[in-house]
Amino acid sequence: MNQFFSFVKKEFFHIWRDKRTMFILLGMPVIQIIIFGFALTNEVKNAEIAVLDQSHDAASSLLVNEIKASRYFTIAALLHNPDEIKTTLQENKAKIILVIPSSYGNDLKHLNAAQVQLIADASDPNTATTLINYASAIIQDYQQRINTNIQIPFAIHTQVRMLYNPQQKGAYSFVPGVMAMVLMLVCSMMTAITIVREKETGTMEVMLVSPVRPMKIIIAKAVPYLLLSFINIASILLLSVYVLGVPINGSLVLLLAESILFTITCLSFGLLISSITDSQQTAMFISLTGMFLPTAMLSGFMFPIENMPLALRMLSNVVPSRWFYEIVRSVMIKGSGFEDVWMQTMILLGMTLLLIILAVKKFKIRLE
Amino acid sequence: MRTLKFLLQKEFKQVFRDKSILRMIFIMPVMQLIILPWAADYEIKNINLVVVDHDQSSYARQLVSKITASGYFRLDKYTTSYKDAMKEIEDDHADIILEIPVSFENNLAKTSSANLFMAANAINGVKAGLGTSYLQSIIRDFNNDIRMQWIQQPRFDEAANIDIRYSNWFNPQMDYKSFMVPGILAILVTMVGSFLAAMNIVREKEIGTIEQINVTPIKKYHFILGKLIPFWILGLVILSIGFLIAFLGYGILPAGSFFAIYVFAATYLLAVLGLGLLISTYSSTQQQAMLVSFFMMMIFVLLSGLYTPIDSMPEWAQWITKFNPVTYFIEVMRMVVLKGSSLSDIRYNLFIILAFAVVLNTWAVFSYRKRS
Amino acid sequence: MINDIIISAKGLTKKFNDFIAVDHISFDVYKGEIFGFLGANGAGKTTAIRMLCGLSLPSAGKASVAGFDVYKQTENIKKTIGYMSQKFSLYEDLTVKENIRFYGGIYGKSNQFIKEKTGWLLQRLHLENEADKLVGSLPLGWKQKLAFSVAVFHEPRIVFLDEPTGGVDPVTRREFWNLIYEAAESGITIFITTHYMDEAEYCNRVSIMVDGRIDALDSPAALKQQYAVDSMDKVFLHLARTAQRVDS
Repeated sequence: MNQFFSFVKKEFFHIWRDKRTMFILLGMPVIQIIIFGFALTNEVKNAEIAVLDQSHDAASSLLVNEIKASRYFTIAALLHNPDEIKTTLQENKAKIILVIPSSYGNDLKHLNAAQVQLIADASDPNTATTLINYASAIIQDYQQRINTNIQIPFAIHTQVRMLYNPQQKGAYSFVPGVMAMVLMLVCSMMTAITIVREKETGTMEVMLVSPVRPMKIIIAKAVPYLLLSFINIASILLLSVYVLGVPINGSLVLLLAESILFTITCLSFGLLISSITDSQQTAMFISLTGMFLPTAMLSGFMFPIENMPLALRMLSNVVPSRWFYEIVRSVMIKGSGFEDVWMQTMILLGMTLLLIILAVKKFKIRLE
Repeated sequence: MRTLKFLLQKEFKQVFRDKSILRMIFIMPVMQLIILPWAADYEIKNINLVVVDHDQSSYARQLVSKITASGYFRLDKYTTSYKDAMKEIEDDHADIILEIPVSFENNLAKTSSANLFMAANAINGVKAGLGTSYLQSIIRDFNNDIRMQWIQQPRFDEAANIDIRYSNWFNPQMDYKSFMVPGILAILVTMVGSFLAAMNIVREKEIGTIEQINVTPIKKYHFILGKLIPFWILGLVILSIGFLIAFLGYGILPAGSFFAIYVFAATYLLAVLGLGLLISTYSSTQQQAMLVSFFMMMIFVLLSGLYTPIDSMPEWAQWITKFNPVTYFIEVMRMVVLKGSSLSDIRYNLFIILAFAVVLNTWAVFSYRKRS
Repeated sequence: MINDIIISAKGLTKKFNDFIAVDHISFDVYKGEIFGFLGANGAGKTTAIRMLCGLSLPSAGKASVAGFDVYKQTENIKKTIGYMSQKFSLYEDLTVKENIRFYGGIYGKSNQFIKEKTGWLLQRLHLENEADKLVGSLPLGWKQKLAFSVAVFHEPRIVFLDEPTGGVDPVTRREFWNLIYEAAESGITIFITTHYMDEAEYCNRVSIMVDGRIDALDSPAALKQQYAVDSMDKVFLHLARTAQRVDS
């Protein structure tokens, strides 16, 4: 056991000496949480709108003022002729354009019915949809206010309730995702690369001829990264509760236990990579394409799985982070207990066992 | 010039012999371009709806069939129990509950006013927001239909009515892939430029050949050019392969000119190569270089407007995006590819990227040392 | 010819923070001689060579190589020297021919020169059949001989060899020294570090470094006489025993 600890100590020194690596490994989750938590949102505010007011009268300026007063839009430009519409959008000066035709004021006064047009830059389709919805809502509000004293017949009123996440914070869906990504990076990629590096430089041979059992050496290399991961899990959870205000609704013990399980999954994947590759670049390439990209793309945390075509949905089933993501999301946000996530846990456990068996098998073959 | 020729020959031979680099250069773009646009589909469709119908009237059925006919919604379950519906949400089978209360039809007919309730699973805020607003606009339409049926529409409506027409320019089919693919291409070019160039130089440091180069009379700028030019060309090759895949796989052809794109891309590559060079002079092992590039790429990609609009970001994040070269390239790609913007429309971005290129390369050349 | 000084160092010193790697060394190397630069591991040999080649800036002292100053004229020095480091430094992923061509090219040799001399060199090293093989696939001894040939390919006036024969078998070492003699005969000055004392015997003159200083400098015969021993091995052991620095 003493030998084992001396190996672990050596690994710690390696990591500890490289301050930059330490900083990045510990800082990565913090920065991800901050970026995802505060910077990445689809919420509309201060969207740039341009107005082409061809009517130029009291009624049209009332409408323009409505838009101006809204916190969703800022008026980026006032256009004077229809030719400017295209160039304004092409130069990215505005994302949506409100066109008030010359007959607007007249029509509204005499016919009680007028038309306006919204032209959205649909190169970004979702933003276009959202902006059109918001602009329409403002105009409809305005219309209703003109009509306050008239009862609109046969009105259906809708009431909307947002479950679990009343403020629709993005944080709720990405905190579990950030956990999965960071664990993947630290446990799989870093472990695989350090082991392969020792192979490349030849120091692995030196250790393999020492009387310590080979598996112990490998595990000793992984232990520091395991501890780093625990620090990362702790910092992610603390940040999300105290900085982002994302609650842990379920049991903390269950959440930690599941995280440890996933950490081991990642670790065994890292070990597997390290036993089938010989160069750092290859190890890096395999961890990137085999682990990191699937985690980012197919775990459901950045992009909803149900939107994907069937082939990708099937593929997502073999990505371990997908299951971990589901577990954490349920336990943390919905407050589910073990009885709700046992199936996902079993799948993850099965994957882990499979990875460990493969890693050990490959490792033995190489030693003979 | 002759020295440069020899350096270039060597670099190209090495790149084409290195399997892992080749794989990164050719498999990564293909994989990303084939999988990512399908995965990164934020277009909200197939929203799973569970309807709790306490009314069971003909209006209720009409409403439900109108909703399912819209194409955005998939009816997951039609039930009379709210508890059942909640269970669907908890099990992640449904995203939105629409509850039609008892005597919905009656109220509408008699008191001229009725209520509907919806509840959305807001863990995914985007989906909940867009989903409920789609649902509301369908209900609004339904409401208008009903009104039409009941009122003999008079020529002159007492209530003022502003009719809103809208059109979606540049991407009328609202295809999310046309939006993502140009952005992904920009990311790929960035990765080749900074990531691979940095790794390449650090590798020479690690295996020691850089010592041998340093005792030769090679000029500093020759060596640096010898490293940059191959990756500059590779970057443009990747871009071209990317455009080919975009055309064959997604039918995307730039609305604007290739000329504008390549002029910008050529300048942009100079900037990111400078960045790669800078990373390499500050790292001594490949592992370090990789981690640093990875870390930077992550911030660059997330804060580039690739996934979420920059306008929605808080001010500090918007400031970061201004110092992020990727932002400008993604913007240009989307402008030229989707909107057909011309070279003069993107001049502002071009100047900024040129400034990036000058600053980064000057810094890199000064910090690269032949002697310690 | 004997008195033409080609390398001269006076009080050359290199400090890394508090650590004095090279401590005021002074010596002259004459044109055309084989100069052995001996010392235990960590004695400061590599640091000294790096300063002379213009890879590392001295902290104090003066030195010139082929008449060029090591502070200001490093680019001129680089044009006149060849260098082979203890780390193997050819590109393993280029072929034999490509490596020769590359190094010939960056020293500004003409295509004609490169072509002719490559043919001659491959013949001399018996590598004609390996010309298009990747260097990484050659045995170590061949690689070292090739590396030396590449270091003198551009016909430098001086070549610095930093432990060129480490890990090489005795037969190959003998062949390697034949290459060195040939180069010396053609007028190239050889500046070599080594741990093999039998190799020290081959040198015209040797210096022995201990703890960053040069403790002895003379021909092998004179040194043996001075210390009254019968081999360079014993001279070396005698001096090295006084070293304070632990092997790094």
